[in-house]
Amino acid sequence: MTPFDEMHGDSPDGIRALYGKVKLWLDQTPPETLAARRAQAELFFRRIGITFAVYGEADAAERLIPFDIIPRIISRSEWGLLERGLKQRVQTLNAFLSDIYGSQECLKAGILPPELIFSNPQYRLEMAGMPAPHGVWVHIAGVDIVRTGERAFHVLEDNARTPSGVSYMLENREVMMRLAPELFASHHVAPVETYTDALLATLRSVAPRGAEGEPTLVLLTPGRYNSAFYEHSFLADKLGIELVEGSDLFVRDDRVYMRTTDGPQRVDVIYRRLDDDFIDPLVFNPDSMLGVAGLMSAYAAGNVTLANAVGTGVSDDKAVYSYMPDLVRFYTGDEPILQNVETWRCREAPALSYVLDHLPELVVKEVGGSGGYGMLIGPTASKAEIAEFRTKLIHAPEQFIAQPTLALSTCPTFVEQGVAPRHVDLRPFVLTGADAVRITPGGLSRVALREGSLVVNSSQGGGTKDTWVLDD
Amino acid sequence: MLSRTADNLYWTARYVERADFLARVIDSAHRLEALPASWSGASTEWESAIATSGAAPGFYERYGDANERTVCDYLVFNPENPSSIRSCINTARSNVRAVRTALTSETWEALNTAWNELNAVDPNLSPEELSRFLEWVKGVALMFDGSARRTMLRNDAYWFLRLGGAMERADNTARILDVKYHLLLPATEIVGGGLDYFQWTTILREVSALTAYRWVYKENLKPWLVADLLILNRQMPRSMSSCYDVISRHLDLLGDLYGRRGPSQKLARGTLARLTGLRIDDVFQTGLHEFIAQFLVDHERLGVAITDQYLT
Repeated sequence: MTPFDEMHGDSPDGIRALYGKVKLWLDQTPPETLAARRAQAELFFRRIGITFAVYGEADAAERLIPFDIIPRIISRSEWGLLERGLKQRVQTLNAFLSDIYGSQECLKAGILPPELIFSNPQYRLEMAGMPAPHGVWVHIAGVDIVRTGERAFHVLEDNARTPSGVSYMLENREVMMRLAPELFASHHVAPVETYTDALLATLRSVAPRGAEGEPTLVLLTPGRYNSAFYEHSFLADKLGIELVEGSDLFVRDDRVYMRTTDGPQRVDVIYRRLDDDFIDPLVFNPDSMLGVAGLMSAYAAGNVTLANAVGTGVSDDKAVYSYMPDLVRFYTGDEPILQNVETWRCREAPALSYVLDHLPELVVKEVGGSGGYGMLIGPTASKAEIAEFRTKLIHAPEQFIAQPTLALSTCPTFVEQGVAPRHVDLRPFVLTGADAVRITPGGLSRVALREGSLVVNSSQGGGTKDTWVLDD
Repeated sequence: MLSRTADNLYWTARYVERADFLARVIDSAHRLEALPASWSGASTEWESAIATSGAAPGFYERYGDANERTVCDYLVFNPENPSSIRSCINTARSNVRAVRTALTSETWEALNTAWNELNAVDPNLSPEELSRFLEWVKGVALMFDGSARRTMLRNDAYWFLRLGGAMERADNTARILDVKYHLLLPATEIVGGGLDYFQWTTILREVSALTAYRWVYKENLKPWLVADLLILNRQMPRSMSSCYDVISRHLDLLGDLYGRRGPSQKLARGTLARLTGLRIDDVFQTGLHEFIAQFLVDHERLGVAITDQYLT
């Protein structure tokens, strides 16, 4: 099956109109120039310190994510479709979370089996009966979209916990504008820099109702050893808010304060990039050194807003994912605009037996996994890996789902062999406030740099591209 | 500003200052060693360098003998020495990385670039390479200070940097005097130079004040004037008096910004007032060594007060 190429379309000789001028630019720019510009980009990233850490790699404490200098282009009409679909999807996520931590109508209506919720480690019993401030649970979502054809977009994952990557969306554009100003002169690219204002407006809109005056916002990071620390400091800087660690905050009388050189200062909204488990040692993992003791009781008292709320992980679980189309219909009354990828729930006996029979052609994922860790890609896996997953599947089928190996769309990418098609995905960022849903046109395009590879995760050697939304 | 941010900024400036100071100490020891034995006398410059750096206890646990190789190894690259030049730059960079939003991109890049370059340096340097490396270290400090001065807002973030830098400077200058005070006692003057002459120039080089001395005093090197320059002279940016001027001024700015003064302002003012009313003769009268020892005690107390008041 030949994948859809976003520059050439379905035929290798064709050029989609959208890419006309980029194709011309590629033809006119010698490979040495492209290589020189890529080297400049790397130097730039290294110098300003845009790095990430790969867990389990001792010597590579700070690595660069490779940047590809050929932009990925999405048309305005394609984007319109995505935008409507994303809005619907994230509204559903929020409605679903309000529901399962509230009156549980979806379970009463039999939309999905209750054990999927109640035996899910990401379901936080502590949140039951506690409505999120302004009804918003997922303020920041990073929904992974894959494309398989001209108008065929699928949601691959709903990242509703602490999605990362938005700093790359912003910095890639900065770098691209420096390296290829001529392309921006001939294209009218929708700006991404509005993301910062949109995020600020979103976070302000969800401040506790009792907050006095301008709410104080902070970004809570696990600290400088976290793989996404650069992004945390980048965003705090852009937003003009303090980047705090757990030890900078304390709770007194159910109110959250930060320790400053001017004494304690009240905090109203916490954009937290720390996982649920670590956020409050009194409620969750008692060994956590990263969280804030008493934070959840301040939250329960309505004195602080957490973005995202605690307990959203149950909505981006991959087994729950498989019910998303039904949930969209249940909560919005409309047909889903964006399709799911076909998914076999291994917890169901017929699906399991199908999956076990077809392992070499399927992708198998852990329901709670993320970041490309703990998955099997049948077509490229060794016999031993397949055998290992077979054992895992038989042992704990409810821990897995399986999906067909998708022919992800490809984009021209500058690799060692020259310009060649490589598989891409797209992570747009959807912001939900008390007042509006805001989506910055574009997102993070990740590209699998190895020929034929479908794994775009940066932890697995993927790169990134600047993503352009252009008028048709 | 977060207390942790202030703490990181304060210590970043201290570590950068310390790296610069160590580079000067090693450089000066090299010059002294390069003299013919009849000029430089018994060769104790490396012991003296280690003592001045304040790293003597850790050093003698690891090495039997202070010589060029062991001292440079310990003071320049040794990761086990938390105050080696490499550790200073690593720690400073790691500190600002945790709070980089508090710095301008120019100031952050000055340290991040230095850190990237440092990682590429092979520790087995030839003497010539070492000398270039020490120049590079001084350049890092200039670049860091300069970009902070040229680009940062004049607010508490900047003031904590300046405060940290001045605290470390005062400490370094006092430590030189603590180790070498005996060379500056008036009785040791030998007309016409010789051994002590080169010791005095070494002291001046360690605080990059050899030329400054001549401009200020328009005289031959006299040990009490060297002491005057390092302790009391307000024009000399590394003198204890000048450092306390900076310390006190920045603590006052912080006190005004936050609307209250505390123990650190009081201690800094006290020391500054004492230094201001003093003549170098008075210092020698009470005893140079006793004077420095008391200064170091007070200085340490101020450091604790700053930490209590702002950094935790």
